Formats: sequence, structure tokens, C-alpha cells
Amino acid sequence: MSVLTYREAIKQAQADALAADPTVFLLGEDIAAAGGAFKVTDGLMDAFGSDRVMDTPISEQAIIGAAIGAALKGARPVAELMFADFAGVCFDQIANQLAKYRYMTAGQVSVPVTIRLANGAGQGFGSQHSQSVENWFLNVPGLKIVAPGSVEDAYGLLRSSIADDDPVLFFEHKAMYNVKADVPPELVPIPLGRAHVVRSGDDVTIVASQAMRRRAEEAADKLSAQGIAAEVIDPRTILPFDYESVAASVTRTNRLVVVQESSAAGSWGATLVARMAAECFESLDLAPVLISAPDTPVPYAGALEAAWIPGVDDICTAVLAMDRY
Amino acid sequence: MDLPDTYRAMARIRRFEERLMALKESGEIPGSIHLCNGQEAIPVGACGVLREDDYVSATYRGHGWAIARGVGLAALFAEMMGRDSPISGGRAASPYLSDASRNFIGENSIVGAGVPIAAGAALTAKHRGHGAVSVVSIGDGAMNQGNVHEALNLAAVLDLPMVLVVENNVYSEMSRIEDMVRVHRLSERAAGYGIPGTVVDGNDVDAVTAAMAQAVGRAREGSGPSLVEAMTERLVGHYSGDAQQYRPAGEVAAAKEREPLARIRQAADAELTARLDTIEAEIAAEIDAAVTAARAIPFPDPATVTEHVHA
Ligand SMILES: Cc1ncc(C[n+]2csc(CCOP(=O)(O)OP(=O)(O)O)c2C)c(N)n1
Ligand SMILES: [Mg+2]
Repeated sequence: MSVLTYREAIKQAQADALAADPTVFLLGEDIAAAGGAFKVTDGLMDAFGSDRVMDTPISEQAIIGAAIGAALKGARPVAELMFADFAGVCFDQIANQLAKYRYMTAGQVSVPVTIRLANGAGQGFGSQHSQSVENWFLNVPGLKIVAPGSVEDAYGLLRSSIADDDPVLFFEHKAMYNVKADVPPELVPIPLGRAHVVRSGDDVTIVASQAMRRRAEEAADKLSAQGIAAEVIDPRTILPFDYESVAASVTRTNRLVVVQESSAAGSWGATLVARMAAECFESLDLAPVLISAPDTPVPYAGALEAAWIPGVDDICTAVLAMDRY
Repeated sequence: MDLPDTYRAMARIRRFEERLMALKESGEIPGSIHLCNGQEAIPVGACGVLREDDYVSATYRGHGWAIARGVGLAALFAEMMGRDSPISGGRAASPYLSDASRNFIGENSIVGAGVPIAAGAALTAKHRGHGAVSVVSIGDGAMNQGNVHEALNLAAVLDLPMVLVVENNVYSEMSRIEDMVRVHRLSERAAGYGIPGTVVDGNDVDAVTAAMAQAVGRAREGSGPSLVEAMTERLVGHYSGDAQQYRPAGEVAAAKEREPLARIRQAADAELTARLDTIEAEIAAEIDAAVTAARAIPFPDPATVTEHVHA
């Protein structure tokens, strides 16, 4: 085993992809000479040259548009958007161009672009730099959406994202960059579209990703002290979503709690709850519970931001309330 | 404003920023902050020629603009401390400050996004016909945002009373502007929109004042927008956690010889120096009082998190 951070795993995945495939290149703001605003590409320009690890002007529309054009003609670009919130600046290139090109050409051409974006609240970055924006793209068929919640997943899913022939939005959680874990010396790609049962249990299924997965695990520890065995599932890929794994779990536990670090409206959590209510209705003892942030922008002040992000106690309270039935 | 007043206005910003950094280091400011140390002459020169009913917009590096616009120091400290401040109640912090009562439309943390919004404010000013002007500041790197291009052209074709101030501190985060554009002067781009563009020494408050007086005057009389590029230097990192390894040795030290306050000090005789020292002492007391007042403001009640989403 070796110890790696989430940040190092993402950097390693990019380095290995650059080494394995000459058509892979990286582009973004301050990713090359400076090694990235979050230092996730540190040293890669030195190792692979400035033709393959490129700094760009502060021009998100051009970054994504150029990635699309390069991909149409045989490259496999990995574009960094720094804070995920900046996807708003280039929404058209993602939603109207990147997502639709293959479909509109009836499959003549694939667009193997990977976009890396840093999600997440909890660090006092305020409303325009703290969002988890994967839900913005749920309603845009053609995209794949990945949101790793562990060091090993970060590596394995990024390798698969870059190798994938479809466009992938790869969301990193910025509060997790320093998370460390023991990993096998040989990291391997992890297929997209498969959830991971992080912890097994028979009493309740808790589905959560990224920072919320970590809180769900903490909640599961607390609940086990009270005799409740929670199963924690990390979807890992948000699109396509592995509904089968969640359904299989719910069929056993008969209870479902979904936790997400964003508002409820139009979210993957809401979709999951709706789907399980429809497909696993017979298995469910109780209505599924969706724990999400309030329908507000992410506030700055510590007191408000802490209230905004779903917490371990929120998860425990929801599970214990179910347990009373 | 005469010299002691401009010095006071700039020193107020500098000492505010220095105290803020100290508060950040001692853990009283939770989020990251982008300081404008060295760039004070630009907001002070610009706001000096503005009327109360003019509109001001800035970037995350906009504390200087807020202060030059007259936003209260205690409110600013409290907001950044995450307290229930009288401006944004802890919702905004350092990079999204605003104060409607001062016609400070506010900062913006999406690079370039403030420019179309400022153009819209200029549109309202034009419709009202009272001669108000919309001034918006961005950085050099922001000139490469699509937003800025669209807004400048819109302002040009509608003859909007807008002045775009480009604070060229030669860096965008860790990148040098010369690596990001192929023009020598960003103000050359003004010609592409058919509007006037000028370059000024942004560390010289008188030069900024003169350039802004001309651009604002032009806008006020209905002749349309202008671009003013103000050359300056950051004395500090891009943000509070920036170790600045990318800056060549000696660059910051050299900048400290040219920054707006040092410049006034260098040219001052003994009498002026004594006056400036008195001003500094007064500013220090003003900052102390503001911090004390800010600390007396409570933290926001978490139950209010859902307030202010809709009208
Ligand atoms: C749309 C967008 N892209 C990227 C960023 C990240 N970012 C924040 S500040 C900055 C540099 C801006 O440089 P410049 O315009 O020169 O202003 P300065 O910081 O020097 O005042 C960048 C890239 C952002 N906030 N918004
Ligand atoms: Mg700059």
C-alpha cells in the first residue's frame, strides 16, 4: 500500500493518461507553469511540455470550445475550469455544443472531452465559488457526470473519464484535495456508471457522494453505536446513474436516505428518490428521505454556511426518525 | 481633493488591507481575501471625480473601491468576519461586497461579469437623463473574457455613460499579461470598439484623477463610454494564501519604491512628512475603532439562512 492524497491521485491520473496516449493534452487557466490554482497539475508541464499542458487566458468559452474542436479532430483534451461555478460562463459550449455534437451528427463523430471542475462548499468561498453544480447538467442528455468521493475513485474514474469517447464532466470536491488514503501501488481505471457500496448494512440505505459520502460514513458510525446498521452507497457516477445498485440495497433495507450538498430542486437526489419510490415501492417501508441544502445560494459566514451544508446530525436524525416506525 | 486628502484616502485603504491580512492570519476572517495593496490610487482617483448618484462596480479585489466610495469600515470588517453586518449580513464577504446606499453596485467574483451589469446601470442612467455615470473596474486578465467584449461593444453602440477602468497589475493570478495577449497596451483594444482608450500611471493619483475626469466628463455629457488602462503593481499575493513563487526576485521590493503612498512620501518635505504622519496616526485610530465596532456585531442567526432569496 502507499499513501496518496485526492489531489495527488487526480494529478497521477492525468500524468498516466498523458504518458499512455499521445492525443491527450491538458488546458486551463494557470494549470501549466503554476501547476493549477489547486495545484492539481503541479509538475505536469515540466514532465510533458507546454504543448501538452497548456496555460490559457481567462476565457472559459474558448477553453471549452477549443477542447471540443480539438476532440472532433482526434485529440483527447482534458480542460480544467478551476471552480465548478465557472461552468456558468461557458454553459453554451457545454450544454449546446459538447453534449449534442455526437447526436446531431448521428454518431459520425464522438467528442472525448473531459472537463475537470472543483465543486463544493465548506471553506468560506461564498456564493459564486462554493457550489456543487453537477445538477445543472442533469437535464442535458449527451454528457456523462462523474463525482469521485475517495482517493482511489478519483484516480480510477479520471482514467476512465479521459479514455471515454463521450464528454465527461469530472467534479472534484475542493474540500477533499488533502484527504489521504492507503491505496494499492498499482492504481487502475474504474468503470464509469457503477456505484460503490462503501459500507454494508441491513437497516437503511444511505446514498451520498463526495463530502456528503464522508459525512454519511460518519453518521453510519454513530448509528451503529445505537444498533442501526446503515449501508452507505457512493454513486460515483451521477450520469449514467447506477440505479440497480441502489434498488438492490433498498430491496434489502427497505429504507432510503439520500444526502446531497446542493438544493433539492432538479437534483440527482430528487431523481433518485422519485425513481426508487416508483420502482421499489413495494420494498420501501417508509417514504424515502432526501436531505439537501436549503433552496438558497451558498452563504459566506461560517454560521450560515455550516447551517446550509447537510451535517452528520441531520443524517442521524433522519435515520432515527425512520427507525421509530 | 488636495494632497493630504488623497493621501488619507489611500492610506485608509492600505491600512484597512493590512489589518485585514492580520485578522486573516489570526483566524478572524474565515474566507480567502484578495487585497489591493499598491493599487489604491486607482479607486481613490476615480471615485474622487464621481458624484453620489454615479454607479461603481469592481472585482473581488475591490475593497479599495468600497472604501473610496464611502462604505463604512466597520461594516466591511464585520462582513468579512462573517458577522451580521449592516451591508450583506455575512452573505457576501470579501469578494462580493456591495452597498446600495452608496451606489456601490459591488464586487464580482466571476471574472469580467461585472462589465455587462455596469453597462446596464449606464443604460438606466442614460434613460433617466440626469447625467449619472457607471464606472466599472476589472483586472488586466479580465480583458480576455467574452463578457467584457460584448459589454464594451454594447456600451459603444448605445453610447452608454460607462467608463471601464482596467487595473493592469500585469498578473492574472500567476500568469503575466504579456503571455495572455498579443497587444502591447490593453487600451489599444478600445479602437476595436470605436471608443477612446488611454493609459495612465495607476500609481499616480493625480494622473488617474485627470484621466478619469476626462472619461467621466465625456460619459456625463452623453458622448459614450471610454476605457482607461491604469498601470499598477500588486504589493501582495493574488490572494491571502499566495506565496508568489512565480514573481521574479526583487520585483515586489522594486514595486514598493513606486507605489502610490511611497511616491508621495519620497517627494514630501519635512512639513508635509509631519502632516502625513499625523494622518497615519488618525487612520490607525480609525481602523482600530472600526475593528472594535465590527467585533461588537453578532454572528448571523443560522435560522436566517433562507432569508433574502426572493423579494
Ligand atoms: C470566469 C472566471 N474565471 C476564472 C476565475 C478565477 N480567477 C479569479 S481572479 C483571476 C485572475 C484575474 O486577473 P485580473 O483580471 O488581472 O485581475 P487581478 O486579480 O489581477 O486583480 C482568475 C483567473 C474567476 N473568478 N472567474
Ligand atoms: Mg491583474
